[in-house]
Formats: sequence, C-alpha cells, structure tokens
Amino acid sequence: MEVQEIIKNLKSQIVEQLNLEEVKPEDIDADAPLFGTGLGLDSIDALELIVLLEKNYDVKIEDPKESKAVFASVKTMAEYIAAHSK
Amino acid sequence: MPQLYLKKYKLENFIVTYCKIKNKSVSLNGELFFEGSQNDDLTAFLGRLYKKTELNYPKFFKMDKLCKLGILATELVIRNTPDFGTFSKNEIALVYSNNASSLESDRTHANAIADKQNYFPSPSVFVYTLPNIVLGEIAIKHKITGENAFFVSEHFDAELMYSYTNILLKTKNAASVLCGWVNVDGPNAEAFVYCVKNLNFKQENGLDEYPDQKTHNSKNIQHLYSL
Amino acid sequence: MSVFFGAHNIISPLGYTSRENFEALVNGKSALQKHSFSFSEKPFFCSKINEAELDKRFSWLANPKEYTHLEKLCTLSVKDIVTQSGIDLRDKNNLLILSTTKGNIDILENKYPDISPQRAYLPELAKTVGDFFKTKNAPLVVSNACISGLLAIIIAKRFIENKNYKNIIVCGADLVSEFTLSGFKSFNAMSDEACKPFDKNRTGINLGEAAASILLSEDKLSNISILSGASANDANHISGPSRTGDGLYQSVSETFKAAGKNTVDFISAHGTATDYNDEMESVAFSRAGLSTIPLNSLKGYYGHTLGAAGVLESIIAIQSLSENTLIKSLGFETPGTVEPLNVITQTKKTELKSCLKTASGFGGCNAAALFEKI
Repeated sequence: MEVQEIIKNLKSQIVEQLNLEEVKPEDIDADAPLFGTGLGLDSIDALELIVLLEKNYDVKIEDPKESKAVFASVKTMAEYIAAHSK
Repeated sequence: MPQLYLKKYKLENFIVTYCKIKNKSVSLNGELFFEGSQNDDLTAFLGRLYKKTELNYPKFFKMDKLCKLGILATELVIRNTPDFGTFSKNEIALVYSNNASSLESDRTHANAIADKQNYFPSPSVFVYTLPNIVLGEIAIKHKITGENAFFVSEHFDAELMYSYTNILLKTKNAASVLCGWVNVDGPNAEAFVYCVKNLNFKQENGLDEYPDQKTHNSKNIQHLYSL
Repeated sequence: MSVFFGAHNIISPLGYTSRENFEALVNGKSALQKHSFSFSEKPFFCSKINEAELDKRFSWLANPKEYTHLEKLCTLSVKDIVTQSGIDLRDKNNLLILSTTKGNIDILENKYPDISPQRAYLPELAKTVGDFFKTKNAPLVVSNACISGLLAIIIAKRFIENKNYKNIIVCGADLVSEFTLSGFKSFNAMSDEACKPFDKNRTGINLGEAAASILLSEDKLSNISILSGASANDANHISGPSRTGDGLYQSVSETFKAAGKNTVDFISAHGTATDYNDEMESVAFSRAGLSTIPLNSLKGYYGHTLGAAGVLESIIAIQSLSENTLIKSLGFETPGTVEPLNVITQTKKTELKSCLKTASGFGGCNAAALFEKI
C-alpha cells in the first residue's frame, strides 16, 4: 500500500480507536507530533496505537523502545507500516 | 451570647448538594435538570447529558460508561456547590460505591480475549476494569487529592456512607466529602452523588449556610436517595 | 484509643499459614514459577495456588464443587482466623471486610458451569463467604485497585476507633487469571523473568495469587498496633503514577503526622517492578526523608497479588516486627531508581519497633499506614 493511502486510513482509524470524538480525521496534520502537543495523546493512547498496528495492519513492534520513533507522527507510522507490511 | 456559643460549637455536618440520575432522568437538589429520551441507549443518553451539562472535556469520550456517569453526576454537584472552590483540594474526600463494580468494562475485556482468532486486548478497556477509576477521573478533572474509598454492596448503603464519611469529617478534618452511588449494569444506570460539607471548617469566602441543606445522617441520606 | 492486630493467615503457594509463609521467606524461597497458559505462546512467571491441594483442604469444610476457587481461598483463610482467635462473626459487634479487585473473574471465563453467574458480582461473592460464617453483619467489600488491602485495614482501624465495631477481620484475595494476565500484557507491564523491584534492570511485574486475612481489635490481642493510616489521590493520570510521588508523599506525611512520628525502622513498600512505580516510590520516600530507611518489596517472592497484596504484605511486616527480622528484597541487585533507596539485600535479625507499609494503584490512589510494636 502507498504511504499516502495509509496516512488517509490511519487518520480515521486513530480517531476511532482512541475515541477522539471532537477531532475530524481530515483536520489531523500528518507531519505534526502526535504526543506532547497537537492531539495531546497520552501513555494509554501509545499502547492503543500498538494494538491498532497489529489489528489493522498485522504489524508488530517487537521492541517497545522503537515506539517513540514509530509513533512520532501519522507519517512516521505510515512509513513504518509500508516498510513492515507482509 | 448563648446563641453565639451554640453556633461556634455546632457539631453537625450538612448535605448541601445532591444529584440523582435514574431511568435517564437527571435531577439536581430535587429539581429536574434533564429528561433523556427512553429511545436512547445508555451511551447516547450520556452523550446528550454531556452536551446539556456543557462539560467541555474531551477526555470524557475515552471513559467507559461507569466513569462517564460518575463524572457527570459529580460535575453537577460540584457546580451547584458555590463555595466548592474554597475547600483545600487535599481535604476533599471521595467515598463512592456501587453493586456491579466494573462489570460493564469487565465484560468488554472478557469478550475481547474470548475470541482467539481476533485476539486484541485493549489497554484502554482494561484500565477501566476497576471501579475506583471513576474516583481517579474525578480527582484528575477537579484536582482533588484527598482520601479515596470505593465500596461494593448489594444495595445503596446509607448507613455505611454516613458512618465512613462521618469518620473522615471528624478525624481527618476533611473539609468536605463527595459521596455516592454510581452503578452501571447492562442498560441500567443509576447515580446518586452528594456533597457533605463540614461546617466546622471555616473557609475564607465560604458559605455559612445553604438553602435546603439537610443534616448529614443516614436517615436523610436514604430519604434523598429514595426521592 | 489503640487498635491492635490479632490472628492472621496467609494462603499462597508457600503455605496455608502465615508461619509457613514467613519461614519460607526467611529461607529465601519464592512462590514465583513459570506457568503455561493455553491462551499464551509464552509461559508467564507468576505464583498460582494448586487447585487440587486447595480442594483437598477445603473438603474438610464444605463441598469444593459448590464454591469458586476464590471463595475457597477466602473461606479457608478467614476460618483460620476464627479458629485461632475464637472471634464469632455472628456477633453484631464483629465485621468481615473483603478486599478484592476482580473477585470471581473466572466466572466470566465460564469456569463453573454449576455455579450461578451472579457470583461474578462482588456482593454475591461476599455473601457466599459471609454465609459460611453466618455473619450478623453483611460483609463489606472494598475494591480500590492495588491499595484495596491496605485501605481495608485502615478502614477497619477507623471503624474500631469510632466504636462502630469491636473486632474486624480483613480478608484480601485475588486470582491469577487470563483476564488480568492479558490486561497487564496489553499495558506492556509484564516481565518475562522473575520480577526485580527497584532494580536497574527491572522489566515489569509478575502476577500472584493469594488470600490473606488479619484480625483487628480494640482488645490488646498482641503487642502490635496500627497507629495511623491515610490515603490520597495523585490527581494526575488513571494508570501512570505522579512523577513527583504526590499522592504517596501525602499519604506518608499524613500518616506520620497523625501518629506524632517522623521516622520508622523499616518500610514495606509497594515495589511492583515497573519502571514508573518504583521510580515514583523513590521520589516520594526521598521527599519524606526516608531514603536511608531499610526498605523491601515482597513482590519478588509473591508477585503482585492485587487485592491480597496490602493484607499479605502487612502480615509479613507484622511478623518481621515480632521476629525482629528484616526480609531481603528478592530480585534486587543493582540500584535503579532516580532517588536512592536503602533496599534490604540480606535477611537478618535486628531490633525493630515500627514499620511503614505503603501501596499505590491504578486510578492514582495511594495509601500508607504505620505499625508499632510495644
């Protein structure tokens, strides 16, 4: 799958999986940081994103220390998925 | 002179505000605040109450039904306790109870792990499989850092609520205690949350009296619950 | 007035009495073992009580088929208290308090086709155990995450001091189940090895199964009393503890203040062996000026026993006081917290008069209590 396509799908999946009720997928900036500012995701959201990757893309993060880099932004998530999809 | 003396040594505590939610009907201090539609399921009802209350708190949507119910009922009580802001945050206790513990979220997590072909236990579901998380959500939103206790009983136990709250007011010099019953079991949801104020606690800008305040005792607690 | 501790009991893989359990710890024995579960490819390090052995012992009291695993544990544990102390729960002055986070959670896993699914409700579980003892007062249930056991002890103390009751038995218990194993795994909180509380190389928790009961009384049943206790909420996050240890620090400060003390001989900490919990405890204890006080966590022996933890670990602390014995904090080798802690590295005899017990849990809750030997 193309990274752009993945980014589009990820935006809606993130809103749904993380219960971001008042956020519209199209308003999410693919390059913006997911944690800290912007969407203000927390530690439980980070764990949910790991589940999202497994559930929707069959991609497992073997080393939890990788997570910070993988989940930096929607774009980095999409790139990781594209690189690790079977 | 005797009048002043009596007032200074008054040992009563008072129920100053209460909120009741039952059968999708919400009342505050005995008056109707919001009547939900019987056609709405529980999630929809809680969503509508969120809007009516103007809670304005995005974290609400991450909560399970038990926490949504508890946060809303407590919000209404706090908002209608005008001098709540004068209490020291570490002197406010939370004493809540219910019958079904966290069974709603327990069932969701149990179902998620029952499907071995589709095995994706969710941390955001699992965290809610403890009834005291509602105390945590209330504490976080209102920065309340005092005593906590969550009891699970067959029915609302006014005597238990009264005795334990009374002990906290006496021995821990708690300025106030938020008490109640917050229960979700399948489609059924019921909440009865009230604020007990320690009127021996003199806060600056605090109110000396509330209209319709009721003496804090188990009879009055049971009476308000049953209204 | 003082509130004294009386008879106590621990049921764990290390034994069916407190004495057996304490002796096992003194001999460095751990209840943790690798266990395989059908739902997981990898085995888990945990402590689990043998069902056949439990049923055998329980069959002296009642038909094991009519009770759940947890109910059998609670009943046996409370029975030991009743036998030791002669306390009659049919007396209106006496109360049973149950501390549990998940109760009969294995009912949701359809483990008991012949037992009513209503027993998944905690009050039904409490009623089943209470009925065995024909309690006059309906048992209370405290369910407050991992501080439940310690909080139940503090609540019992408060009720006795206030003269609501004369004697209270506090029983804490929880199961090791797929429910909790899978849940904590989704939190990345599980260690693949035996857990290492406060250690630099700690990688998470092990879960443990246990039941523990203790009697509190207005009567001087022993020379050990609970002087004070307090709980407080971090008001920070529902699963992560406050980085500055606010709630734990407040609980500890209030506990010391209420007792009129400012130090203690040893600390029985929570020490779950997660990165965040152990870090938070070191910060809180440092703020309270307790960095040099000998400290242990018992999670290296038992794993995290959830609703049982506060009671089980308090009983071991009380025996440590009685026997003037500091128990080594199993699993600890290299200091690994941002603030220093004086972790006990060798079990040894030394004069002990007082102990601070602490606990922390999901929902931002914390509790502390001070025990003293006269």
